[in-house]
Amino acid sequence: MFAVDQLLAARYQMALSLGFHIVLSCIGVALPAMIYVLHRRGIRDDDADSLALAKKWAKASAVLFAVGAVSGTILSFEMGLLWPGMMSRFGDVIGLPFAMEGIAFFVEAVFLGIYLYGWGRLRPEVHLRTLIPMMLAGLFGTFCVLAVNAWMNAPSGFRIDADGDVVDVDPLAAIFNSALWPQFLHMWVAAYAVTGFLAASVYAVGMLRGRRDRRHRIGFTVPFVFASIAVVMQPVIGHVAGLRLATEQPAKLAAMELATTTESNAPLRLGGVLIDGQVRGAIDIPGLGSLIARGGFDREIIGLDQIPDDEQPPANVVHLSFQTMVGAGFTMIGIAAWFQWRRRRSEDPFGSRWFLRAAVAAAVLSVVALEAGWITTEVGRQPWIVHDVMRVEDAVTPNEGIWISLAVVVVVYAAMGITASLVLLSMARRWRASDDLDLPTPYGPDAPPELVESRS
Amino acid sequence: VNLADLAAVLMFVGVLAYAIFGGADFGSGVWDLLAGDARRGGHLRAQIDRSIGPVWEANHVWLIYILVFLWTGFPEVFGAMMTTLFVPWMLVGLGIVLRGGAFAFRKFSSTVREARLHGIVFASSSVITPFFLGMIAGAIASGRVPADGSGDIWTSWTGPTSWIGGTLAVLTCAFLAATFLAADASRAGDHRLATDVGRKAVWSGVVTGAVALLAALTLELDAESLASGLHGRGLPLIVVSAAAGVVAIGLLRTGRWAAARVGAVIAVAAIVVGWGVGQYPDLLVDEVTIDQAAGARSTLIGLVIVFGFAAVTAVPALIWLYVLVNSAEWSAPEAGRSEH
Repeated sequence: MFAVDQLLAARYQMALSLGFHIVLSCIGVALPAMIYVLHRRGIRDDDADSLALAKKWAKASAVLFAVGAVSGTILSFEMGLLWPGMMSRFGDVIGLPFAMEGIAFFVEAVFLGIYLYGWGRLRPEVHLRTLIPMMLAGLFGTFCVLAVNAWMNAPSGFRIDADGDVVDVDPLAAIFNSALWPQFLHMWVAAYAVTGFLAASVYAVGMLRGRRDRRHRIGFTVPFVFASIAVVMQPVIGHVAGLRLATEQPAKLAAMELATTTESNAPLRLGGVLIDGQVRGAIDIPGLGSLIARGGFDREIIGLDQIPDDEQPPANVVHLSFQTMVGAGFTMIGIAAWFQWRRRRSEDPFGSRWFLRAAVAAAVLSVVALEAGWITTEVGRQPWIVHDVMRVEDAVTPNEGIWISLAVVVVVYAAMGITASLVLLSMARRWRASDDLDLPTPYGPDAPPELVESRS
Repeated sequence: VNLADLAAVLMFVGVLAYAIFGGADFGSGVWDLLAGDARRGGHLRAQIDRSIGPVWEANHVWLIYILVFLWTGFPEVFGAMMTTLFVPWMLVGLGIVLRGGAFAFRKFSSTVREARLHGIVFASSSVITPFFLGMIAGAIASGRVPADGSGDIWTSWTGPTSWIGGTLAVLTCAFLAATFLAADASRAGDHRLATDVGRKAVWSGVVTGAVALLAALTLELDAESLASGLHGRGLPLIVVSAAAGVVAIGLLRTGRWAAARVGAVIAVAAIVVGWGVGQYPDLLVDEVTIDQAAGARSTLIGLVIVFGFAAVTAVPALIWLYVLVNSAEWSAPEAGRSEH
């Protein structure tokens, strides 16, 4: 029993660390492109508002990227601290994309430093271009990390011989596994949706509070358009990502669809929970399940009845998180469409307070969809850490007391999340109060006297 | 060339780079902690912000580089190390999170009180983190990390070599940082600060040297395998390190900051390489050699290719960053800069 508890603590710690980092990594991947658009408008069109936005976003990203960098570092520790069984056995099968991701992280960190400190120091065109390597590093880094995660769903590039040893390691085959491309694209595009809606919501809130200047309109529109394009693409990419499940990970598909019995012409099951083997409270649309998951009404979907009990993921968690993601996704598409409709039909697209509220909701929904989608794929793979090859309980650390490190991580991440939010809010407050975009530090020789005097 | 050795050397390049760049980065936080109240320490803290602000994230990617090279090239050793040394690695992770977050938060604080709170977190985690990294190094160097990960979760990293390793790590970071900061302050035209930090560099250098002698004695008693490696192959490097350290301190005393920085880097680099050479061919001392620990051959080739890829992408970028940061224009305080 105690061993089971250790496993649960390790899983919670990993879930918390990843669930925290995934939001910040989205911002790290997608924000440089949005800053690029603003910065470019600023210097090409001599547009002071766009340039001011780029400069503010750069400062905000200094805070967000710092938290993202350190929470990402922790993950590399936790791969070994929590899952030494997997890393010892498969490190040389799937470590290489991590090594490449390290290089991408290097490039991103270097150009972030150059960009943040380059204001007024580099020639404007050169300064603008330092964002491009950051965008590429975000793209490549996403590819690398998702290659590893896809491999855990569709392990390839090795063989286990008669003695149980891992042999014939082929790192390229491991990287280019069958789940790679759709999973990578789904995540990369999600990063743009999340970052875009989050950034736009800041200005939607501002407009709701009556700040309707040009800067707010640009600050809303640029990221919102990025997110709109992204969110429209997601159902297609997600659909393709799901197609391999019927044959390669039937247990995950069965849980996502809450398919209790194996059937062709399987229904699409909206909502519902599984209680004692019975589906309660679901709305079934006949045949649609088979059509979406397999491309034909007559195609069979394997149900949980054909999956051994000890190889079943917790179906309710997977089903509800999957449907939450899909529901949030289509709602966001609706909000994005509303904006386009208003832009065409209305003289002032921001005239409707209901639209602005919806835009704020889109930011919340984007994070909900991100986390729910990630829970779907991770929990849907249980009890495996490497699908059909290694169980989580065989990978987890033998060390006891993981509850303690979990508690520490909970406290530290809560403190860090709250502090980062407070710092960003305080930056926004100071920017509203004065036109000075450079936020002076309250210490040091150049500190404004009124800040130094305020110490107690 | 033996492929496993090559992969180990490439990984060790990361250890060396992290010791120098990460070390100077951590050490800045040590001086931040000792800089006094907001009024007295403001000059130094502003210089620390300028010196490590653009580079700190890149400096700490070296640690990730080391870990990914280790788990890809030598997966079982990675698993063993993370299992036996769970506690210090967890503490290092905690320190890195608190330090990076607090450093960024402090820069954008709105009041001195806020800045002080973030500053204390940043500076104290700058001491704790290298200390535990030094303890980890001590555990490996003294042969206390078994190849199967079955080492005691407490005593494996609390032996004499770990204590002296942690102490030496913090002092080395402080010495490096003071020489770097003195050169930076002088380039920024703040000669009073340069002289002040230069004095700190001198005394921290002397203390570091003294503790290094104590460490040598500790290794003789507590880490015999490493000690015997250091008597043989490693000896020239120890001599180089000692000589470079003495020269660096001499240069600091005469105010030649830029040259002193080179001396300090050589002193630290030589001792780190000495550690690597001294424990070769063991990856975990007395437990497992590089050859025994090496993972699949195809993956080792992949690692070499990734390193080559890094050499043409990340390394030139890194060099550009360091050149910029060390240029006269980037060294100047921010006030009075023109906007574009």
